[in-house]
Amino acid sequence: MSVKKKFKGLSDKAVAWLFIGPSVFLLLAINIYPLIYAIRMSFTNFYANKIGREPQFVGLKNYIKVLNKEAIWEKMQVTANFMFWTLLLQAVIGLGLALLLNRKFKGNELLTTLIVLPMMLSPAVVGVFWTYLYNPQVGLFNYVINFFHDFGSFDMIGSSVLAPWSIVIVDTWMWTPFTMLICLAGLRSVPNYLYEAAEVDRASKWQQFIYITLPSVLPFLLLALLFRGIENFKMFDMVVELTSGGPGSATELASINLKREAFEKWKTGYSSAFAVILFVTIFGFGNVYVKVMNKIKER
Amino acid sequence: MKKIMILLFVSLFTFSANSNAKSITLGWAAWDPANALQELTKEFTAETGIDVNFEFVPWPNFADRMLNELNNKGKTFDLLIGDSQWIGAGAVYGHYVKLNDFFDKEGISMNDFSPATVYAYSTWPKGSENYYALPAMGDALAWAYRKDWFDRPELNSEFKKKHGYDLGVPANWNQLHDMCSFFQGREIDGQKRYGAAINTERGSEGITMGVTAAMYAWGMEYENPNKPYDMEGFFNSPQAVEAVEFYRKLYEDCAPPGHSDAYMVANLDAYKSGQVAFQMNWYAFWPGVSKEDSDGRVSGFFANPKQNVAAATLGGQGISVVKYSDKQDLALEYIKWFARPDIQQKWWDLGGYSCHNDVLNSPSFPTSTVYAQGFLDSMGIVKDFWQEPTFVELMLPMQEAIHDYVVNGKGTAKGALDKIIEEWVEVFEADGKL
Repeated sequence: MSVKKKFKGLSDKAVAWLFIGPSVFLLLAINIYPLIYAIRMSFTNFYANKIGREPQFVGLKNYIKVLNKEAIWEKMQVTANFMFWTLLLQAVIGLGLALLLNRKFKGNELLTTLIVLPMMLSPAVVGVFWTYLYNPQVGLFNYVINFFHDFGSFDMIGSSVLAPWSIVIVDTWMWTPFTMLICLAGLRSVPNYLYEAAEVDRASKWQQFIYITLPSVLPFLLLALLFRGIENFKMFDMVVELTSGGPGSATELASINLKREAFEKWKTGYSSAFAVILFVTIFGFGNVYVKVMNKIKER
Repeated sequence: MKKIMILLFVSLFTFSANSNAKSITLGWAAWDPANALQELTKEFTAETGIDVNFEFVPWPNFADRMLNELNNKGKTFDLLIGDSQWIGAGAVYGHYVKLNDFFDKEGISMNDFSPATVYAYSTWPKGSENYYALPAMGDALAWAYRKDWFDRPELNSEFKKKHGYDLGVPANWNQLHDMCSFFQGREIDGQKRYGAAINTERGSEGITMGVTAAMYAWGMEYENPNKPYDMEGFFNSPQAVEAVEFYRKLYEDCAPPGHSDAYMVANLDAYKSGQVAFQMNWYAFWPGVSKEDSDGRVSGFFANPKQNVAAATLGGQGISVVKYSDKQDLALEYIKWFARPDIQQKWWDLGGYSCHNDVLNSPSFPTSTVYAQGFLDSMGIVKDFWQEPTFVELMLPMQEAIHDYVVNGKGTAKGALDKIIEEWVEVFEADGKL
């Protein structure tokens, strides 16, 4: 039976619904319903592990509790710190690598493949093997650092000063290739005639970079940072494997804390409120960011 | 073609025979005693024809995996060897089958088991005669040390010159610190060695189990014995504060570099690789440590040293029947078999820690292994963390605050304990206990 015959008698609208129906259903079932349920739970004192105990409406109590809890703000600060440094480093190094790989030289393709390898690994595996790399006694990281300057024995994941940097370094190592790839796509889309015209106008390499390369690649870079920002806001597996949020709570990101509140302490109502606050935060930032990005693209 | 048909028929027959076989699933942590139990259980299958499948979960995920299973009323497990702290939740939330009627019917008496283990692994409310588990694996936190290093005359004389007494089993925590710090950074046989591999793990329960070994020895109580859940002045008493400060000192002065998130396996590794003179760990690991002594390494073992009082952190588990299992009758049959004195003796012989009085009171028991006497001593002085249904909620703030103080070096011991009490009060209030 031909497709035409099969759909004979169905209006265009019905066919359209037939195609988008499953996606809409899945979206409602997997995203929208849990979101609405979580919002509802956030106004209750529900504990998912206390069987038979009916949740009671508590109004805004959970929200007030989350926002007034000093520890939550500490976790948000840790998250903000992690996001700031990872995004900054990944933008700078990713763009630098893209500029390097945009040149034609022998071994370019092999080097590109090697550079993108880390992002193909599982974050949990990366977390585990970096604990060995950071080991002060046998780890390669300490050996390399001490090769250049003798700092003596230092514990990257056991020190509250160094531990936040330890997760920044690993995330940068793993995800800079992603930023690099997106930037590289942007660089390769810049038409050559722009550079030729600039050469004719006797523009220096630096001026070419500032007035041609950077504006062309910026929307791509911003897009890459948007993806990385969203990912790092909910970063969990790599950090749990690497530091478990420690020492103390020095690397306990908001997402790790949320998991502990929701699925270890089983404070479902409270953690739903926390999740809603995180959702609104990332949704708000995301919206502002996309608007800024669109304005830059329009220029 | 005929041969293929016969082969297919035989395969189908075998498959169908297997699928009809009686079987149960037992869940436990993935560690040495679990392997011993698997070995022992072959006898059960031979006797009864009931196959036992095992699911062993690595320790860091053990509580998450099992408690999620119970909270979701999962049918994966028929039998569960759950941590002592889970007994409250198992009983209150109805995850475990109450075993009193079964024990009465089968003539299994809790008087036949060590009282400390019955209290810790089986009863809820604590000390009552409501039994939700059979004591399966006795355990406590203890210490192993490099006896071969201690026996070296040159090391002993240097130590004695400095501290005025011989290297040996430490009589208290101060002596433990003296000995650990003596080995810290010392070169022995051309290698740099360190003092002690102690619990510092942040993610699950590691640092809490470690620091409480000191706190119990200093005489810490969780609550006012006359007023339950009144913790102020007990959990944060001057003795408790001193113990936490001491534990930090032990970490700073004696732990090997990078030992900032370490628990059972990391302590074992540090010890086995010859890095440290002492390791803190559970008795469950001593059969393996003792068996693996080689290349001149000789291990000695001792119970948790006393300070103000003799006390040790309780480990170990009871075996329970999961309420949601469809095969409770088969699971109970396993418990009946496991409770038999002859099976309990075999359990000990294979490396499991039996809690049965016939085994523990046997005249040959104290000398049956080098750690048997220590085990007996420890089981008489054990203390456990809260066994409340909310124990996870109680454990997490302690993990965070103690790790923050001991490893991260943030704040004061008193501040950490005050913060924990604050969080615990909130938990007990939410649970309607306060």
